[in-house]
Amino acid sequence: MTTSAWMEIGLYLVVLLALVRPLGWYMARVYTGQPCGLDRIIGPAERLIYRLCGIRPETEMNWPTYAIAMLVFNGLGVVSVYVLLRAQVWLPLNPQHLPEVSPDLAFNTAISFATNTNWQAYSGESALSYLTQMLGLSVQNFLSAASGMAVLIALIRGITRRLTETIGNFWVDVTRSTLYVLLPLSLLLAVVLTSQGVVQTFSPAIEVTLVESTTDAEGKPVTTQTIPMGPAASQIAIKQLGTNGGGFFGVNSAHPLENTTPLSNFLQAISILLIAAALCYTFGEMVGDRRQGWAILAAMLLVFVPMLSLCLWAEQAGNPRLTELGVDQSANDFQSGGNMEGKEVRFGVPASSLWATATTAASNGSVNAMHDSFTPLGGLVPLVMMQLGEVVFGGVGSGLYGMLIFAILSVFIAGLMVGRTPEFLGKKIEAYEMKMASLVVLIPPILVLGGTAIAVSLDLGRVGVSNPGPHGFTQILYALSSAGNNNGSAFAGLSVNTPFYNCLLGAAMLISRYWLMIPVLAIAGSLAKKKYTPPSAGTLPTHTPLFIVLLAGMVMLVGALTFVPALALGPVIEHLQLTATR
Amino acid sequence: MFQIIRTATILFSVLTALTGIVYPIVVTLVAQIAFPWAANGSLIESTSDGTPVLEHKNGRDWRGHSSEQGLRLGSDVIGQPFSSAKYFWGRPSATAPVPYNGLAGSGSNQATTNPALVDAVRERITKLRADDPENHAPIPVDLVTASASGLDPHISEAAAIYQIARVARVRKIEPSTVTKLVLSHLERPTLGILGQKRVNVLRLNLALDTNVRMTEAASK
Repeated sequence: MTTSAWMEIGLYLVVLLALVRPLGWYMARVYTGQPCGLDRIIGPAERLIYRLCGIRPETEMNWPTYAIAMLVFNGLGVVSVYVLLRAQVWLPLNPQHLPEVSPDLAFNTAISFATNTNWQAYSGESALSYLTQMLGLSVQNFLSAASGMAVLIALIRGITRRLTETIGNFWVDVTRSTLYVLLPLSLLLAVVLTSQGVVQTFSPAIEVTLVESTTDAEGKPVTTQTIPMGPAASQIAIKQLGTNGGGFFGVNSAHPLENTTPLSNFLQAISILLIAAALCYTFGEMVGDRRQGWAILAAMLLVFVPMLSLCLWAEQAGNPRLTELGVDQSANDFQSGGNMEGKEVRFGVPASSLWATATTAASNGSVNAMHDSFTPLGGLVPLVMMQLGEVVFGGVGSGLYGMLIFAILSVFIAGLMVGRTPEFLGKKIEAYEMKMASLVVLIPPILVLGGTAIAVSLDLGRVGVSNPGPHGFTQILYALSSAGNNNGSAFAGLSVNTPFYNCLLGAAMLISRYWLMIPVLAIAGSLAKKKYTPPSAGTLPTHTPLFIVLLAGMVMLVGALTFVPALALGPVIEHLQLTATR
Repeated sequence: MFQIIRTATILFSVLTALTGIVYPIVVTLVAQIAFPWAANGSLIESTSDGTPVLEHKNGRDWRGHSSEQGLRLGSDVIGQPFSSAKYFWGRPSATAPVPYNGLAGSGSNQATTNPALVDAVRERITKLRADDPENHAPIPVDLVTASASGLDPHISEAAAIYQIARVARVRKIEPSTVTKLVLSHLERPTLGILGQKRVNVLRLNLALDTNVRMTEAASK
């Protein structure tokens, strides 16, 4: 590992952490309805929207109403994307005259984008019209992210409120997340990205003449190259900020027109974790004790940094089988070296490893390198980051509410050790909360392991595999881990655009998103009803280094207990095969 | 319940219009005014006599670039396939059915343990060695491994240096001339930290052709 790699990663962490406080403070002002600066400009538009929709912002909801509003709103998103995909051939802004999408792929894609997963079984440039991308996918990128943020804010309200039934107004939370947080940030990022070479136009694809003509598989001469176009930058900005991850083009942020320069790469990588990290500060601010937010963020970093180091080390070490052939994989003044299969030269191993770890820590799932071609241990890192339940940063909103559930679990287990009723921020944690928390923790592993078992047992699942040996198993495990935790990244060699995978993964995404959101809202409602219990000598403080280690340990432990056997069958065996002397 | 569906439908429509229509149009307008060259695919064009317009240093023209009648030679940020010995070669591309297919960007997705990957790399090494039999240096890894996008416009400095002797010999020009050209096309990490040192292959090859044309004109 070279010094320059660590400087790049160091700069990343410094910039990210420097932005946590201002953005976190700003979001706390937005969600508590205090003046935040932008309200002078956006306030009138916000009030106009409320008037149009007949929303009374001061009227609050109890948790079941909040959950129903969220489900109906997300349901509309699924329907809208499905209709656009099926009807794009008859709609405008389809300069390449692309046909409608098959029903199973449309089902999968509609769920994928409404659930903030952005699993993609298609390539944007050859399957989706500009209209579908803009009006279907971009919109869901905003609204699914806003829904996640809304549920988080509802949970925080549940923690802070006393003796009340209500946890906020879903319409207001979604509108504010979109107008005050996601839209301004996306606008800014999108414009900067276009300056770097990310395309933003409604013109059709452009044909250029090749400098040296080539031949296709049948030996026929090919003299031109088609450069895809489209309104990409606007979608890419929100894809990163909203932890969606769905690329405008098939190869996502590895595509030079989607992620052109090291600077565009850096900004996109920052955006992957930005809001999720800042929400920790927002949490601290809203519960009236900033140390609580910093503690959660510290626990996330405690998992993130070692995993990143492992990925970087494994990728920089390269592929021993290529060294045998006389290939130079060393890092020196003239090349960054390492395992370059499936990576872009402008990013090299450091920026690719950083991205892979960040995109799976957050439930983003965009890629700037092909994870399928990572070394076994390098590819194990993104796989494990997803399997931890997308709580290390995680999706915007969904990551932190997942982490808060783990915090509740941690105080419960600590309480068991000393035989006291556990409390979290002044609220007693009782049987009902623990039942709901168990659902949140257990449903994703059931989906991942159950789904993998189904897929590897059936020919329908096995035919998609493109690499022999244990790596083939890992491809399937990765797909289910991604869908079952709403991440969306892939070992892209697996052929997933089949009715079998479209339906299996679609169902996994759907269950994992909403069967987690509903128990979280139930906990929010239950906590809101409780009275405040002042801390006593037996209360476990939740801002100390002890708790940070306990929380990070809990996340790792639950993940390890669940997934180590499956990992042993896939990446671990593959690593032993690769390094064994033959 | 009816009230919720009604509110949800109107709010969904309003936010769809805002984030799905107004937002992309605003970004497009700003981009087309402020960065027209970059936002339209960073195209390299030639003047009417076929000379490529390469004056944009590092491919960034902040003022925009108006198109003339020239030919479109490619995009500054999308690689092209090169296989003749007189050109610098870029990264191997895994796109189908032709390498560097702009409409179907793709990596190989081959695992490190996949025997097909080892075979593919061996084949690429054989081809490199066949066109440059005297070169016994270890081969830079990016020259024999497929990129993530299949459209990678760059190679490492090491991969460019590796090919200098071959290009100079085939073109019958001094290696030092080619070296100078390579070094003048070297792009460095942003702020000295972000990304890697690299050479844009299309840009380098166009400059190589232009350079030869100028030398020929001068000798006449």
